[in-house]
Amino acid sequence: MNRIKELFGQNKKNILSVFYTAGFPNLNDTVSIAVDLEKAGVEMIEIGIPFSDPVADGPVIQQSNKAALDNGMNLKLLLSQVREIRKTVKLPIILMGYLNPVLQYGVEKFCNEARESGIDGLILPDLPLREYETEYKSFFEANNLLNVFLISPTTSEQRIRTIDRLSDGFIYAVSASSTTGTKNGFSLEQEQYFKKLCNLNLKNPLLIGFGISNRETFLKACEHSTGAIVGSAFITLLKESHSLTSGIHDFVKSLKG
Amino acid sequence: MKYTIDKNGYYGKFGGAFIPEMLHPNVEELRLNYLSIIESAEFKKEFDQLLKNYVGRPTPLFLAERLSEKYQAKIYLKREDLCHTGAHKINNTIGQILLAKRLGKQKIIAETGAGQHGVATATVCALMGMECIVYMGQLDMERQRPNVERMRILGTKVVAATSGNMTLKDATNEAMRHWINHPTDTHYIIGSVVGPHPYPDMVAHFQSVISEEIKNQLTEAIGNPYPDYVVACVGGGSNAAGAFYYFIEHEHVNLVGVEAAGKGIGTSESAATTALGRIGILHGSKSLLMQTDDGQVIEPYSISAGLDYPGIGPMHAHLFDTQRAQFLNATDDEAMNAGIELSRTEGIIPAIESAHAMAVLPKLDLNTDDVVVVNLSGRGDKDLETYIKWGRY
Repeated sequence: MNRIKELFGQNKKNILSVFYTAGFPNLNDTVSIAVDLEKAGVEMIEIGIPFSDPVADGPVIQQSNKAALDNGMNLKLLLSQVREIRKTVKLPIILMGYLNPVLQYGVEKFCNEARESGIDGLILPDLPLREYETEYKSFFEANNLLNVFLISPTTSEQRIRTIDRLSDGFIYAVSASSTTGTKNGFSLEQEQYFKKLCNLNLKNPLLIGFGISNRETFLKACEHSTGAIVGSAFITLLKESHSLTSGIHDFVKSLKG
Repeated sequence: MKYTIDKNGYYGKFGGAFIPEMLHPNVEELRLNYLSIIESAEFKKEFDQLLKNYVGRPTPLFLAERLSEKYQAKIYLKREDLCHTGAHKINNTIGQILLAKRLGKQKIIAETGAGQHGVATATVCALMGMECIVYMGQLDMERQRPNVERMRILGTKVVAATSGNMTLKDATNEAMRHWINHPTDTHYIIGSVVGPHPYPDMVAHFQSVISEEIKNQLTEAIGNPYPDYVVACVGGGSNAAGAFYYFIEHEHVNLVGVEAAGKGIGTSESAATTALGRIGILHGSKSLLMQTDDGQVIEPYSISAGLDYPGIGPMHAHLFDTQRAQFLNATDDEAMNAGIELSRTEGIIPAIESAHAMAVLPKLDLNTDDVVVVNLSGRGDKDLETYIKWGRY
């Protein structure tokens, strides 16, 4: 059984998924951050594969990508760090990143090794639906890896339905037409968008991401979804924390209450 | 038609639209509408009028007699350097802004490296009264000060890209981010045959006027529309796409793309993508890309800011892969020498990009009756500073 499916099978509400960039702030922090996040009580972990040209990301995640690459991060090392994480951590783990590093590693080889090291799902925002279906889907399925798609406020209902059909786990609903880490607080328009999504009665649960930075935005997102994803705000914390363990503990507590 | 784009937006195995979901509606809107708009009689009429009366087309096809004597062949220069704003870039910006207007967009964004595409975009935005923001790497802003001021005079806001190496690639990243954040009212005018489908095909369409004119002008000059060689420099590849366009299916025409070797293919400072790249994905398309083993994009180098790009358009990757076109390269020194040579023999100071195309003439195995067309994509005014710094003249 896939850990992501297990999590969403429990009918839990207010699921908190936390995103951070592998190899940041220091190369080997990838492992301890995952361990600390589990202890602090998050439900899911998303680890970012750093890339030189992260076009969908705002400055905070861009800088963490650059720092991680400067630290010497790469996919091979990341997979070995995930194996290390899996010695203790039971949470679902997702790898998220741009397609090119995965393409160079070899998509099939990557899927095989991701599964082997304990990964449950992948988010590759620049992998198109058609190419996924025709070229890569079989590698994902052979390894019981879930492919998580994004939808945004400008995604048409017809396309949302297609994505819902292709998804098997959850759908990542981006809260605004924006890059990561750009907003503070939700507008009325965004809340209406969440309600609209909720009323579509999709077969997959929704997690809302982009613009979740504190308890208020977390709870607001959770009103209309199964949970939310925090990224840039967490990376800012990692950058500014003197002690990662206590910083992570306090951060998660402040969100979950 | 084995070299044209297929229904999924691919040239062979290159192309596609590898974009995050946030960009999907914008790109899809373009994909669904671009052909019907640009093929309509009403669009064509306005486009052709502007190319004629505003850009100054057709640009001359000039028989360079002294160069012909020197290289023992008939060397013709397609004078894109005589276009308004000094380069072929404006053919595309006119086309795209007319398209943007028909899609109801009010704002325009663009990326620029050397500033030629930025100036061409700022120019058409002034002409059409549209708001314009151009992203430019901070380093390029310092290197190309006059073009920055040109854009500002034209009323465009120039925004410095401060990520990465602060050059063209990073400016493109910033422009894409801006587009993600402004999905409904803004059109992104990409300056080359790169980016997600339909951009490569659309930009090639707008630049195809170059080869259309070459055919007509050669027919008039020598009674035959087909030259033996067409030579053009390739950064992303828009001027080459335009110069090759109507000759691609005529396999007896040798197509020669010239990339910037920088300080040499064997050094770490180069921009010769076909020599140094592998298949990869950047800025929304799958093409040849200079990258590390881990798939991180390598920052290219060339003395010419317009060729300083780590990829090439998917159409060119396909022409290379199928060996329909030959790709050569020229180092900084070879290009600068060729620029001086053209200045001295024909009285034309070329843009350093175009000087790369001139630089391969000695490398072609030419016969005396061969007809060679070199696409002189831009003029050297913007590069005076670089010529002066190089100093060997």
